[in-house]
Amino acid sequence: MNTPTAATLRRTALHSVHKHMGARMVDFGGWDMPVEYPSAGLMKEHLAVRTGVGIFDVSHMGDIRISGPQALAAVQHISMNDASRLAIGQAHYSALLYPAGTFVDDVVVHRLAAHDFLLVINAGTREKDFYWVRDHVCAFDCIAEDLSDQYTQIAIQGPRALDTMARITSADIASLKYYWFTHGNVSSLDNILIARTGYTGEDGFEIYISPDAKISEAVWWELLDAGKEFGILPCGLGARNTLRLESKMALYGHEISESITVLEAGLDRYCKLEKGDFIGRQSIEKQKSTGIAHTLVGLEMIDRGIARDGYKVFDTGSEASEIGVVTSGSYAPFLKKNIALAYVPPSHSAEGAHLNIEIRGQMARAQIVPTPFYKRPKKQW
Amino acid sequence: MAYPSGFRYTQQHEWVNVEGDTGTVGITDYAQQELGDVVYIDLPKIGATIKAGESLGTVESVKAVSEIYCPVSGEVIALNDALQTAPERINQDPHGEAWLVKLKLSDPKEAAGLMDAATYEAYVTAKAKEHSA
Repeated sequence: MNTPTAATLRRTALHSVHKHMGARMVDFGGWDMPVEYPSAGLMKEHLAVRTGVGIFDVSHMGDIRISGPQALAAVQHISMNDASRLAIGQAHYSALLYPAGTFVDDVVVHRLAAHDFLLVINAGTREKDFYWVRDHVCAFDCIAEDLSDQYTQIAIQGPRALDTMARITSADIASLKYYWFTHGNVSSLDNILIARTGYTGEDGFEIYISPDAKISEAVWWELLDAGKEFGILPCGLGARNTLRLESKMALYGHEISESITVLEAGLDRYCKLEKGDFIGRQSIEKQKSTGIAHTLVGLEMIDRGIARDGYKVFDTGSEASEIGVVTSGSYAPFLKKNIALAYVPPSHSAEGAHLNIEIRGQMARAQIVPTPFYKRPKKQW
Repeated sequence: MAYPSGFRYTQQHEWVNVEGDTGTVGITDYAQQELGDVVYIDLPKIGATIKAGESLGTVESVKAVSEIYCPVSGEVIALNDALQTAPERINQDPHGEAWLVKLKLSDPKEAAGLMDAATYEAYVTAKAKEHSA
């Protein structure tokens, strides 16, 4: 078998810190990444982010900068959201689509300047995304640069993320709105991109610092120190996955992929058909009138058992026919329930409807529930 | 955590404690550490006859599903029902309170073919080294 060994996997600048902290490492999209830190464990990491604060090394994420006189037109061509509506200093969720309306990847687009954009992309699709972007912006007067290796990206997430960050920056981050960013100091480092973004369903920040190992490690330890009072924990990809699942955020290769369309994934609110032409638009318009064959629903298990990725979904009729598939499923540490996301036909997608999940040859009942499963409490003023 | 000296161990990280013709079966401390937080356990029915090496059930952590293999052959005579509602006990006391099933052994001598505590400890120490390499 030709699977990459730990030696050939890519490492972030914080790799030796993870090893030092005893992290359990896994291959994630060709990267040797921490899945959990056993001193606390996934469950406590998850809860720290819901009730306090946690930090994640997300340096494996990729970054593409598009700049030049026609950068806005180029971004509008390749990204489904409307970048003309972004103010400088603002970001939004979007996706790069194939002509069929399916996903190259999902992205967060940051507007750095009028004609300067930073697209943050997934780790496993870094090369594919960059080549796709480069090939499709070449008709515009702009340049696309792969900046993926120029940042250590750390996510600081949770209701106490602001308190933690406030201790290591003098930037005015308290007044920064969700999905806006600023530049400021992070401890002794100047002019750092600090974005109020994340992938956990909580308030939080993502910072983009030098990929130098010494600098990255120093910031990591300073963050852990700054958040000590709030119960800060380093968190691995395991908690990142359960947190995003509770908040029904899509994961590439699961809820979104090269064969799933924007409409099926239920992400049409980020797809602005009215902005003009872009790659994938025609197919989506067409699918809007012809309808979709599958739609993404949230499930809660009624019977015992956990529906995992790839498990088959059946209807509850006497001749139980296969109607869909689970894309993500887990025990939800904060909600303390077994939850899942699955694709089923629209005819079987009504909230409250019962379905069966085949778990190791046995049928287990599940119920369709409203999503997101978890929504963070509104700020109390 | 020390591996009890009276138990016998498998390469798949199950243990069996033989007392007379009864064998108590569980998973090892190494197994629970590898799994992480256990959130679900599926066990056979009382009266089921299971051969050594066959599936005894499954244990799931938040991130993974693992098969449990029966270390010895026998008939299931008791289940640890408390684990259904408190599977996290497997993380807390894998060699004690969180036993999984009791078997009436088909051959009480069968367990002698498994690893003793010292051999098992050396086996998992080598495995842990492999991991951190």
